[in-house]
Amino acid sequence: MGKDEKMKTKEVMVLEDLLGSNKKIAAEIRQKLTDTGILTINLLSSPGAGKTTLLESLSEILAPEYKMAVIEGDIETERDADRIRAKGIPAWQIITGGACHLEAKMIGKLLPEIPADLDFLFIENVGNLVCPASFDLGENIRCVLLSTPEGDDKPKKYPKAFTTSDCLVISKTDLVSVLPFNIERAKKEALEINPALITFTTSAQTGAGIKELAEYFSESLQKIRRTNA
Amino acid sequence: MHELSLIANLFEIMEEKAAEKNAKKITHVVLQVGKLSGVVPDLLITAFDIYKKDTMASEGELTIKEVPLKILCRDCKTEVVKDDFVFICTKCGSTNLKTLSGTELYLEKMELEID
Repeated sequence: MGKDEKMKTKEVMVLEDLLGSNKKIAAEIRQKLTDTGILTINLLSSPGAGKTTLLESLSEILAPEYKMAVIEGDIETERDADRIRAKGIPAWQIITGGACHLEAKMIGKLLPEIPADLDFLFIENVGNLVCPASFDLGENIRCVLLSTPEGDDKPKKYPKAFTTSDCLVISKTDLVSVLPFNIERAKKEALEINPALITFTTSAQTGAGIKELAEYFSESLQKIRRTNA
Repeated sequence: MHELSLIANLFEIMEEKAAEKNAKKITHVVLQVGKLSGVVPDLLITAFDIYKKDTMASEGELTIKEVPLKILCRDCKTEVVKDDFVFICTKCGSTNLKTLSGTELYLEKMELEID
């Protein structure tokens, strides 16, 4: 009792960002990769929206001309990295063992293994339209995928993923004739919450839109290299 | 459920600050959580209560201050609090906007017990 009476309570102002350490590591990664002339792209979407398939299709256009590599984030298995490696593209698999998102420190650990002569580093985040949106990984471009079977109402239901992205890819557009998905409505909703979004419509099955997306990445690469020069 | 990983970061910051003040206990913690922070306040509280066991904050309480999403229109200079996430100025229709608040995820203050 006597001891407790001596205790003083004190209020301490802190005002510190809970994501501060992640932001700091991400900024260091971005600086290092950008200085090396590598464009880093963080791919976000729900599970099954077609991130790995999009990367397979992109590799067919980009790989003959550029050097690309992929970091795969999944809760379990090396399956996605194996699919990318089967295309002759170097891939690293991060198995999060339950965690629903990648964090900058996970990418930081892999950094020494990333070859300096790369052009593009793609990071395929854990399939989840919520949690990955809060974590900067040091990317230059954040790209969110929305596949037509998911429905065109997703941007406003999951705003953070769309407000923090630079580009939106509406995928699986070959299915649109059999689905109640309105591409224009999805674009309009997404642009209302983020007017700066650059939008693409793709189908990995027919190849539609993949070339345009690859061109956007190539132009973005030239931009960071011009800034470096 | 990335709230648990954010709470792990919170405890790192809390314990560092509490050690600087030679505190024995952390009795109260106040977080600022923006409407567009991408986290669920109730899940933060659940995660806090799971995490606090066997720490300096084992009897500590968490209070969450929700911060509204406030934007400034760079064209007509209007400040608006948004209840939706539509980034279009409600007065002039411009999309040339600046986010003033609503993305916070801050440890604002703590109450400590010091000898």
